[in-house]
Amino acid sequence: MRMTVRIEPRLSVPPGLKLLIPLLSLGAALFSGGIFLYFLGVSPLKAYSVILKSSLGDSYGISETIVKAIPLTMAAIAVMLSFTMLIWNIGAEGQIFMGAIATAATVRYFSVDSRPAMYLLMFLAAGAAGGVWGAIAGYFRAKWNVNEIITTLMLNYVAMNLLNYFVFGPWRDPSSLGFPMTAVFPDSARLPFLWGTRIHTGLFLALLLPLLFWGILRYTRWGYEIRVMGENPRAASFAGMSYLKNVVLVMFLSGAIAGIAGMGELAGLQGRLQHGFSGGYGYTAIIVAWLARLHPLAIVLVSFLMGILLVGGETLQIVMRLPLSSVMVLQGLILFFVLGGEFFRKFRIRIRFLKGAPTEPLREESQPWK
Amino acid sequence: MEIIIPILTAAVRSGTPILYATLGEILTEKGGVLNLGLEGIMLLGAYSGFSVAYSTGSAWLGVVAAFLVGCLLGLLHAFICVSLKGNQVVAGLAMTMFGTGASSLLGRSLVGFTIPGLDRISVPLLGDIPLLGPVFFQHDAMLYCSYALVLFFCWYFSSTRPGLNLRAVGDNPRAADAMGIPVAKIRYIYTMVGAGIVALGGAYMSLAYTKMWGELMTAGRGWIAVALVIFAIWNPARAALGAYLFGGVEAFQLRLQTAGTTIPAPILMMLPYLMTVAVLLFISIRKGKGIVFGAPASLGLPFFREERD
Repeated sequence: MRMTVRIEPRLSVPPGLKLLIPLLSLGAALFSGGIFLYFLGVSPLKAYSVILKSSLGDSYGISETIVKAIPLTMAAIAVMLSFTMLIWNIGAEGQIFMGAIATAATVRYFSVDSRPAMYLLMFLAAGAAGGVWGAIAGYFRAKWNVNEIITTLMLNYVAMNLLNYFVFGPWRDPSSLGFPMTAVFPDSARLPFLWGTRIHTGLFLALLLPLLFWGILRYTRWGYEIRVMGENPRAASFAGMSYLKNVVLVMFLSGAIAGIAGMGELAGLQGRLQHGFSGGYGYTAIIVAWLARLHPLAIVLVSFLMGILLVGGETLQIVMRLPLSSVMVLQGLILFFVLGGEFFRKFRIRIRFLKGAPTEPLREESQPWK
Repeated sequence: MEIIIPILTAAVRSGTPILYATLGEILTEKGGVLNLGLEGIMLLGAYSGFSVAYSTGSAWLGVVAAFLVGCLLGLLHAFICVSLKGNQVVAGLAMTMFGTGASSLLGRSLVGFTIPGLDRISVPLLGDIPLLGPVFFQHDAMLYCSYALVLFFCWYFSSTRPGLNLRAVGDNPRAADAMGIPVAKIRYIYTMVGAGIVALGGAYMSLAYTKMWGELMTAGRGWIAVALVIFAIWNPARAALGAYLFGGVEAFQLRLQTAGTTIPAPILMMLPYLMTVAVLLFISIRKGKGIVFGAPASLGLPFFREERD
């Protein structure tokens, strides 16, 4: 008797496995995160129960989770769009910053009294600023094959410093006691809160955008083109699809959506521009998009799940004095395990017991990939 | 002259962390594995180096610790990318998040402490040369090691059998496999050693450059190193040139700030990042015009032995 272990590509994924693998990945990530916490002298059970209680335990917790899920969903839709085309927009964070800067600039220099007009102006300004920020990287990539991962990332740092320039410099509110923030926006530039919570009307955008892009990617010709270009750029160019035009367009849209997410944070939640206003939503969005396997509707659900982690992380900071970075550790681990889980989707491991001589060759028909 | 020498000296010092990171990434990428987690690896290297140096009092033990931690992280990356054939871009992002989070979580009790760090040693004779002496030969031993590493890599890649094997694995794993070169094993080894060298870059920051630990202290240098690999077209000597160029921009920017310029600090702090984009753009435009581009042909692609092309 001899045992052989072989790894074979799957031809199709069993439906049960499609759900089981992400769940197991998540579980494994939380488990190893728990071990990490344990070695830091923190009880993992207590930490996780604090996370769950603070985010789902009461209506306030749930509303706060939704508040976090709003920008996350939008940013995740933004990066999903580029990832679908195999363009790696890692710059959602910077695009959120640019959208926020444009929003604050609109409020400062073009303030009008009419609410709808103000909303429209902010929306357009934030979309244009984020969009241009994304399109720069897209153009460089499509035209000269400049690595967009690095360009978008570097532009994140540039946007962050630009924001710092404004809030530490010319836009600082003189009455802020030295804090790096602008003055509070006038009422006409504020999105209303819903149901007496901190959930703002940006929620509707966060629900509408996934539906919209689900429809576009699935049912329109352009959506089809993008997916083809992601899977096989050569075939796409032979079919007459313009790579340059579409990369720039997708990166513009991606940046614009992220920019609008930044506007939502300012006009909806915070009411002013301040130093470090986005808690890394642009980076977390990458995990969300990947966990959702780039499915626009799944992104809504995963954003909510990630919202639990973010709200919980903030509470951990207060209750157990764990820094916010512990959430980043968990996020990194989740991403590692999800990647590992992919393997079991793509391949199956076959363990066989063979009788007879150890040199018995495998027959041709038992190798389905040949 | 009196102004230029300190800036050039500072350029070499602040370029060294980036140089280590770039060299480590070149080693990893030569084998065909893309590791975008440099930022996280550098941060954990900086933390572990500082923490060991602080508790044992020996900076060199810190250097060793950082290297070993880097190797471990490289092992994790290799496991996901080589064995599990996961997406290398996403694995690198996961590494960045994990390393950033873990280093600030672990290092929160070390913030604010300083260590004596590595001693300054002037190289006899060479250190006395005017201009070149102070700029290149009046630093610490770890910085001199980076010179040696550049020379060693140049020789290793072009003139040794293991170096050729490594390049074969990165360019055409199928052919390498057919020649009997163990592709997976080689990718594991060089991803680990490469990440170890990247971690040395982080350790240089906390042990020699700032001599303290701070959250997010690498401030994007890991990503700049990723860009520099492309700028260097996978050539260690060009990597040194690029790293000192960036060190120069940083030194210049810091000097302007301390000199009390009217240009606001955030605008000056954009410079290295804008320069990275500019450098990448420049090299990519020139690539179209026929310079030899040394990218490993199978960079970022997992190798599955049983699969046909």
